[in-house]
Amino acid sequence: MDFPILSSLILLPTIGALFILFTKSSSGKYQSSKYVALFISLANFLLSLYLWYVFDKNSVDFQFVENREWLSGFINYKVGIDGISILFLILTTFITPICIISVNATITNRLKDFLIAILIMETFMIGVFCSLDLVVFYLFFEAGLIPMFLIIGIWGGERRVYSAFKFFLYTLLGSVLMLVAIISIYWITGTTDVEKLYELGIKAEYQNLLWLAFFSSFAVKTPMWPVHTWLPDAHVEAPTVGSVLLAAILLKMAGYGFIRFSLGLFPIASENFTILVYILSLIAIIYTSLVALMQEDMKKLIAYSSVAHMGFVTLGIFTMTQQGIEGSIFQMISHGLVSAALFLSVGVVYERHHTRLINKYGGLVSIMPRYAIVFMVFTLGALGLPGTTGFIGEFLILMGAFEKNILVAMIASLGVILGAAYMLWLFKRVVFGEMNNQELKSMKDLKTFEIITLSALVIPILFFGFYPEPLMNSIEASVENSLNMYNFDLVNNLALKD
Amino acid sequence: MENFQYILPEIFISVSIMLFLLVGVFKKNSASLIYNLSNISLVILLALIINLSSLDTVYLFNESYLIDNLSNYMKIILVGSGIFVMLTGSKYIQVINLNKIEYSILILSSILGMMIMISSNDLIVFYMGLELQSLALYVLASFNRDNLLSTESGLKYFVLSALSSGLLLYGCSLTYGFSESTNFNQILINSTEFNYGTTFGIVFILVGLAFKISAVPFHMWAPDVYQGSPTSVTLFFAILPKIAALSVFIKFLYTPFANMNDQWQTIIVFISIASMIFGAVAAIGQKNLKRLIAYSSISHMGYALAGLATVSNQGIQSSITYISIYLVMNLAFFSCLFMLKRNDKYYENIEDLSGLSKKHPILSFSLLIVLFSLAGIPPLAGFFAKFYVFLAVLEQSMYFLAIVGLLATVVAAFYYLRIIKIIYFDPEKEEYETSHDLGLKITLAISTIFILAYFIYPSSITEIVSKITMI
Repeated sequence: MDFPILSSLILLPTIGALFILFTKSSSGKYQSSKYVALFISLANFLLSLYLWYVFDKNSVDFQFVENREWLSGFINYKVGIDGISILFLILTTFITPICIISVNATITNRLKDFLIAILIMETFMIGVFCSLDLVVFYLFFEAGLIPMFLIIGIWGGERRVYSAFKFFLYTLLGSVLMLVAIISIYWITGTTDVEKLYELGIKAEYQNLLWLAFFSSFAVKTPMWPVHTWLPDAHVEAPTVGSVLLAAILLKMAGYGFIRFSLGLFPIASENFTILVYILSLIAIIYTSLVALMQEDMKKLIAYSSVAHMGFVTLGIFTMTQQGIEGSIFQMISHGLVSAALFLSVGVVYERHHTRLINKYGGLVSIMPRYAIVFMVFTLGALGLPGTTGFIGEFLILMGAFEKNILVAMIASLGVILGAAYMLWLFKRVVFGEMNNQELKSMKDLKTFEIITLSALVIPILFFGFYPEPLMNSIEASVENSLNMYNFDLVNNLALKD
Repeated sequence: MENFQYILPEIFISVSIMLFLLVGVFKKNSASLIYNLSNISLVILLALIINLSSLDTVYLFNESYLIDNLSNYMKIILVGSGIFVMLTGSKYIQVINLNKIEYSILILSSILGMMIMISSNDLIVFYMGLELQSLALYVLASFNRDNLLSTESGLKYFVLSALSSGLLLYGCSLTYGFSESTNFNQILINSTEFNYGTTFGIVFILVGLAFKISAVPFHMWAPDVYQGSPTSVTLFFAILPKIAALSVFIKFLYTPFANMNDQWQTIIVFISIASMIFGAVAAIGQKNLKRLIAYSSISHMGYALAGLATVSNQGIQSSITYISIYLVMNLAFFSCLFMLKRNDKYYENIEDLSGLSKKHPILSFSLLIVLFSLAGIPPLAGFFAKFYVFLAVLEQSMYFLAIVGLLATVVAAFYYLRIIKIIYFDPEKEEYETSHDLGLKITLAISTIFILAYFIYPSSITEIVSKITMI
């Protein structure tokens, strides 16, 4: 067996967390533990880049597969990646060091505990994207609740307790049904190994219920309308870094789950429920965009915009077209970068002025020119201007949608306009306009570490916006393969019925 | 007499009890000595039982006493947790002035009673063991006799337990009347045909057993007794009688009444669902940690019974796995409780935990792990306990039971989260004394590491219990 590179990726942050646990600091500032965390997470990032480099982009099989006996031999610890998961993996390892660099600004108490929580969180997030066994997937998927609950609850804002509870209980409620489904799958087919399940297939009669059970979990996590209400609360109360992790990575777990499990395991049910997903996605796109327009709190606005963007993602996935699914994956990566960047940008002004209310700001361009520039890039990225990653994702999704259902595509296109409306209006109110608030004058422009984190996000947003090939190359073969399997299953099923 | 060696553990512990009693009577101020001696004798007892555990099935005394894989495993976890209960409570009973010779002797005798219960293969032997453990428990519950709550809990437990014992006896006599034997194997042979007498017998016996395991709707005593008893006794109540009662449950359902599973299955499913839901809902409003853990143990017993309701070896094994993990979680939780001491006073309200994490990071972290594990969140041990149970339940396609059970975990998660919230999110209070009790620290460390690291090798318990087959 080769070097277990995926397990190292999963375990490395935890080892780092243990290391930090035993560090002591007399000054109580724990600067050294911050460097340890940064070092570990950067090492993980480089490791994942190496993984991307050696990854065979033309192969449709799972690569770097590790398979170990784990639960009395009947459930194995199995990890492996294909073209779909590798991008999420890199997104995770890329966002984590950025979070750790930005910790400086936002976290004043219990820095050490916070770093441990983030590193443990990284372990679980990488685990979700690598696992090739349903039970292992569930384990990582659920385990992430613990550190996130603590991150929101300990370092959050005023209503942090309410938000932390809401986040935890909503997600847990959705997930327990998925556990029932996973165990049922084990008894129906005799395995929870995803690769084997792809081969075996699940009988059509079971698919609808199982699909709904998985859907209940992913819909909460995505989040889809009408179970999205935990997200604005969690985002608003979480510390900046918590919001970044939540928006950039946690939400993507569900989208990834839809592609990997809902489509892959239950093609017939996915076909049956397409209309349901379309309707919920359209409501998410239109309704939450309108809600976002009315927000007075910057973080809440971005949170609602996340719901709308994830609406595009679910729409794209369930078009079951090559463009739609590729667009969805691209949109998830793009949203991961853009929303992380937007939350960090909000964090920048919040840290200086201690309010998130939009009407307290205005005219920042005259005192913070650099900030205005990066914020503009992120705004344009969020509204999907050509030349940013946001455009490519939305464009492909809409292309896929037009192929399948013109009405749905037209309504979804309205969402693009609304997205532009609320993002530009936000930008106008915060950055341009009169500076009515005299206190704002004392605000300083970006500090060095802020320039580092924000420009680290600007670069991929623009680079992949102009040149999406590297990302597209990785996902193309895998998406094509999943679609082929999907259509093959559908045709087979129809043949059985006749 | 060649069978003598098989009941060596029981003989050894009986002799020790009498010996300690003599020492206690003739030697003044020997309470601490006896406490330590009892602990040592429990360790020897454990060694003796492990020594026997390689054996297969052995019947003794005209088939009225049975030593098999089930009884051996249950006795090992019983005595093992007994040792840890004694270890963690030693400081506590000194501080609140309960260190009397009777304390350890009562604990030993109730352990003896439980061992007899676990090994019994005859209604009369079973009842003997049951009463021996119950009598010792009545006294233990009211051991803090100057405390109003403690006396009340002892009395309450006595009255209700006597009632349930009466029902149980009535059930036993009905069973005897209709199956013409008190021997479990004989009852199984004689009860192939359906008759109402045996059905009523089963119902009454199940009522009595459900009382002992504190399953809904026979749980009323648990919260009061848990709260009123001294904490070390509460810990004892939370673990050992449950192990014994669960093993008797398995024995009754799968030996004498194995042919009548269509009669009792519905009852067990009902008790299990009611316990899971009631335990989860009723714990929400509690302010006292001991009372809260009483409700939480009610709901945990619901999950353990869910495994039994499946009528499969998988299910039995999952229940045994569940109770094994449950006892470790309880040990860890109570070890944390014993650490909340300030000026010779122990604190047991949830509010007393407020802001604990700032001054006591390690203690709070242990509590965090234990509480998330009790709530069944992966990757902690509590998740695997539930996972195995639901694996067995869904194997029999009992979807309703599984879905209700898992939804109840979400409700239960709420009150565990509330404690975590108080520990981690709330403003801090006065500092507690740092504990220097080695036994306590070791127990806490072992149990927390067990819970935390269980996912690395999650089949450790399953492999051992997979030898236990009843069907």
